[in-house]
Amino acid sequence: MKICNRFIYPKSVSDALDAMGQAPGSVKVLAGGTDLLLDLQQGRHDPVDTLVDITGIDEMCRLEVREERLFIGAAVPHRTITTSPLIHQHAPALAEASGLIGGPQVRNVATLGGNVAHALPAADGTIALMVLDARAEIATLDERRSDPLASLFLGPGQSTLDPRRELLVGFEIPLRQPGQGSAFARVMRPQGVAIAILNCSVWLQRQDGIIADVRVSLGPSGPTPRRLTSVEDYLRGRPLREDHIQQAHCLLLDEANFRTSRHRATQAYRQDMAGVLITDTLKTAWERAVHYE
Amino acid sequence: MSNLEMITLNINRQEMQVSVEPGQTLAEVLRENLNLTGTKIGCNEDECGICTVLVDGEPILSCNYPAVRAEGKSVLTIEGLAESTGNGHGPKLHPLQEAFVRYGAVQCGFCIPGQILTAYALLLRNPDPTIDEIRHDLKDTLCRCAGYPTIERAIRAAAFAMRTGQPIPDPEIAISGEPLTVIGNLQVRPDAVAKVTGDAKFTDDLKFGEMLHAAVKRAGIPHGFVRSLNVEKAQALPGVRAVLTAEDIPGQLTHGLVIHDWPSLIGVDQRVRYVGDAVAIVAADNHKTALEALDLIEVTYDVLDPITGPVQARQPDAPQLHEKGNLLKHIKVRKGDLEAGFEAADIILEHTYHTATTDHAFLEPECTIARPTPEGRMEIYVGSQIPYADRYQVALALGWEEKRVRVVGQLMGGGFGGKEDIAGQIHAALLANATGQPVKLLYDRHESLLAHPKRHATQIKLKIGASKDGRLTAVETELYGDTGAYASLGEKVMTRATTHSSGPYESPNVRADCYAMYTNNPPSGAFRGFGVTQSAFAVESIMDTLAEKLGMDPVEIRRINALKVGSVTNTGQVLTESVGLLECLDRTAAKVRELCPGRDPFKPVPMEGAPHVMKAWGLAVAYKNTGLGGGAPDKAGAEVELFEDGFLEVRTSSAELGQGLVTVLQMIVAEEFQVPAERVNVLVMDTDLTPDGGPTTASRQTYVTGNAARLAAQSLREAATATLAERYNLPPDQISFVEGLAQVGDQQVTLGEAAKAMKDEGKKPVTMYEYWAPETKPLGEGGDMHFAFSFAVQAAEVAVDTRTGEIHILRMVAATDVGRALNPLGLLGQIEGGVMMAIGNALTEEFIIEGGQVFTDRLARYRIPSIKYTPEIIPIVIEDPTAEGPYGAKGIGEVISIPTTPAITNAIYNAVGVRVDRLPIDQEKLYFAMKEAAIEKA
Repeated sequence: MKICNRFIYPKSVSDALDAMGQAPGSVKVLAGGTDLLLDLQQGRHDPVDTLVDITGIDEMCRLEVREERLFIGAAVPHRTITTSPLIHQHAPALAEASGLIGGPQVRNVATLGGNVAHALPAADGTIALMVLDARAEIATLDERRSDPLASLFLGPGQSTLDPRRELLVGFEIPLRQPGQGSAFARVMRPQGVAIAILNCSVWLQRQDGIIADVRVSLGPSGPTPRRLTSVEDYLRGRPLREDHIQQAHCLLLDEANFRTSRHRATQAYRQDMAGVLITDTLKTAWERAVHYE
Repeated sequence: MSNLEMITLNINRQEMQVSVEPGQTLAEVLRENLNLTGTKIGCNEDECGICTVLVDGEPILSCNYPAVRAEGKSVLTIEGLAESTGNGHGPKLHPLQEAFVRYGAVQCGFCIPGQILTAYALLLRNPDPTIDEIRHDLKDTLCRCAGYPTIERAIRAAAFAMRTGQPIPDPEIAISGEPLTVIGNLQVRPDAVAKVTGDAKFTDDLKFGEMLHAAVKRAGIPHGFVRSLNVEKAQALPGVRAVLTAEDIPGQLTHGLVIHDWPSLIGVDQRVRYVGDAVAIVAADNHKTALEALDLIEVTYDVLDPITGPVQARQPDAPQLHEKGNLLKHIKVRKGDLEAGFEAADIILEHTYHTATTDHAFLEPECTIARPTPEGRMEIYVGSQIPYADRYQVALALGWEEKRVRVVGQLMGGGFGGKEDIAGQIHAALLANATGQPVKLLYDRHESLLAHPKRHATQIKLKIGASKDGRLTAVETELYGDTGAYASLGEKVMTRATTHSSGPYESPNVRADCYAMYTNNPPSGAFRGFGVTQSAFAVESIMDTLAEKLGMDPVEIRRINALKVGSVTNTGQVLTESVGLLECLDRTAAKVRELCPGRDPFKPVPMEGAPHVMKAWGLAVAYKNTGLGGGAPDKAGAEVELFEDGFLEVRTSSAELGQGLVTVLQMIVAEEFQVPAERVNVLVMDTDLTPDGGPTTASRQTYVTGNAARLAAQSLREAATATLAERYNLPPDQISFVEGLAQVGDQQVTLGEAAKAMKDEGKKPVTMYEYWAPETKPLGEGGDMHFAFSFAVQAAEVAVDTRTGEIHILRMVAATDVGRALNPLGLLGQIEGGVMMAIGNALTEEFIIEGGQVFTDRLARYRIPSIKYTPEIIPIVIEDPTAEGPYGAKGIGEVISIPTTPAITNAIYNAVGVRVDRLPIDQEKLYFAMKEAAIEKA
């Protein structure tokens, strides 16, 4: 079935940006395509005149340490992420999240950039990147800039990227330091839509038996991926204890906006599962932090 | 606008130039441009995994992979896996292919290229994968025959052979307790090799010159009237060759397997009864144009409120969907005196259970190619469970004599009851007739889910009475079955649900009433288990409740009431033989107790290292008729021919859908002539070349067609014996068939010579036998409603996470009374696959219809079990032969998947005290029920 009129497969970021800018009709960046191509075929996405497939751009397929930060190209497939020793060392939460996306065949094709740019509020990769303090590297024909990840999201399925001018090139996260750990977990259901009922990621800095710093993200907990700052503020400076976890769960329920989604989960179930996930991810991250001291 | 781009691909170590359209997928290039049809399309939505090919050694889903990405990389498809031997003896199979063949991992075969390639990629990285690693990598490569345990064993065996250079180890599968020469031993399917190399052709793989592509305009509304229909714009679209509406049907306007109530096309001022109703059909030069034409067809409707469930359909004020009303059938079972039975009871229990609509989700979507012949006939290439019924219905629609239509049955990528009704056969034939060209009508997964009949959602109210000692005194059931828009096999299915609704138990007093109701949901029809899946869930749930109330063991309560030889069923049938229920029950119970030394398996225990996860076993039993029963003439024809090259052929129209009938027929004829099975060819499903074997349904073919093949072979053997007796002037009793030869006195004569001798005598060395199964009685008349029953008992060990409601099935013990295990290799596939499919029924599958609209219209929303759901399955085969069955065999395709669901829900109750009374099991509801119980306790 025909999915577009023009299919461009550029080898460089500037070629991609040229193609995007010069496309005569509607244009869309295509990463792995495991969502977009299906949406196009099944009529959930308006027809697109030009698709610009960025998976052949070498720069966007790199995964490497650049000074004090880890760079993950937007076109790096999830399988590379789950098997990369660098990711396991610096971003275990992301390794877990990417490892849970789709199945092995999808993970060979689906990319982290696609996961983020789709701008869904509970994208597994996005939720992990949120707590890893990731920044997005964005290229235009004129400049490169680095924006906080959260600034990419406008609403469910809507990113702030200009489809004709801006290309998400990759992500940078700080290298892991002693005493730091991260974790990701999610709850699924066996029927219906194969996306998580709820996912949760935690990063923390453990110091002298207390949580010196912490970042928490849960999805879907609002129209865009977000951090739960009231939970973070409460946990910061406290030891990891059952009563503190319980209080964190209570605060989380105030801050997160859980909804009932048809054939997926009720609000009440999500509220309770948030407790399970925050407990598990905090404990795992805490354990990982000590092992990394 | 042509935007073709020439690219160079390296496929199976060969450079190839292909021109591709913008964004064209690798799967399309492989299948359409290069005719590498071993790569199959199951869903086109990244869900089923069977289109997997390797790109630079990594598995990807070719149905959604732009072909241009593969440029400069090496692509491996299933056709490239076997090594060419170059000696004319065909390719040397890769160890994975060989292991899949020998271990019986190949059933329908449609998913097998994907399974093998995914496994191959794993073995490239990991030469010695654990079961967990196999499950991790095969998680998204679905198999609906669901031979997952066998696939795992085959991969491990291949890995061993590849690592060590040693031969593939033999599979460890018990043979029959009383094996004959061929029967009862392990036999590989005759089509297995073609299915592992990608050579096996399914309907969509066939190509004909000038073939057109069809598409169907569907109503999209569940209820209403068509008020106008304009196809002019569609007809004017370049490339469109025909657009047909109801007015263009030359023959009968409706079809149906029992009642012809299903309009092939809905005409102006006619009623639309479900979203999948067809209003127009298009044939065009290519599929894309056909789809574009659909958008140009203008239809207006008067939209009406839909009837969304069977209870609503029976309300007096409900609109009447068919001329005779909404009641398809009121089915009644009456035995004894129900009131007296309840009066005699010490305990009475009552509960209502609900089962969901489910879909077969066979991985091969429906495909028909209709081809007009120069002689004025119509050939229908289709994977169909009932070729002669297709022929009849197509001929009716064309207004032709039946014999002008020839159905040429093709390999089927699974059926499970879902390929009994007409899908695209009539539409393709109408278009081929109108255009004079071959027409292919291929459903995509979306259309398949919308259009074909499902398993009936059923509401079952059960009331049982029992004495203190556990003996049933009365069973009363009231069932509402949702048969959807059209009858299909609804009446038969719900009859089976009703007659089996008090379980395989002897109760003196029974009353059952079932209302099979038309609604505006997609039609419901046959689906493995045929109604009994539904009613067994209800009765097996309430039996456990009864045991608990009486303080009895779940095994004991069933022992007390179980059907045995001499029992009278609720339809008044006296069972005289082959009732292996108690043996299944005792063997299952013994196995479960052996697995749980020192504790009651039906009581909860926490999981080691995870105190919030509770484990327990649960048990359920089932029975299922073999054959049509209920007074329906149940017959099958088979023809056996002996050739001068010494090979035999058995021919019948009975269908092979992956279940292994062809192997069974091959073995039966081989047994009768004492030749190796490989000397017998099997030809099935061709209405010109094979006699009518009847429908492949009701677990009947091993018995009915098996007997036809056996008796045809016997009579051919007798004819050959007579010829040889005359020629060699010996009494017939001095002629026998041994080790592939005819022993004539002290001479040995080849079978080929025997064939020649018959021909010399002017006899054709071929016999046809029409076997009639023992007569049965209609429901309500007493006597034998069925000529045989199979029995199954299963126990499930589940783990329930009390923090989330998540469920894992850890182990299943599955005991089945099969009469006689004809091919234990195929039987194992049926057992494991039946259990896996039923795990889907319990845990994952729910075909959701809201206001007549289908929510689960993609495989991404209708989830079937992946390999991750595979428990350890411990099969126990009981052989309690039935006298009339071939070598004692009974049908087993369905009974295996019947007790699984209640065994699981009973186990959940035993683990956490929550009774599941609605399917599928909802982890969220389970979680809240556990939470509520915990609060009450505290």
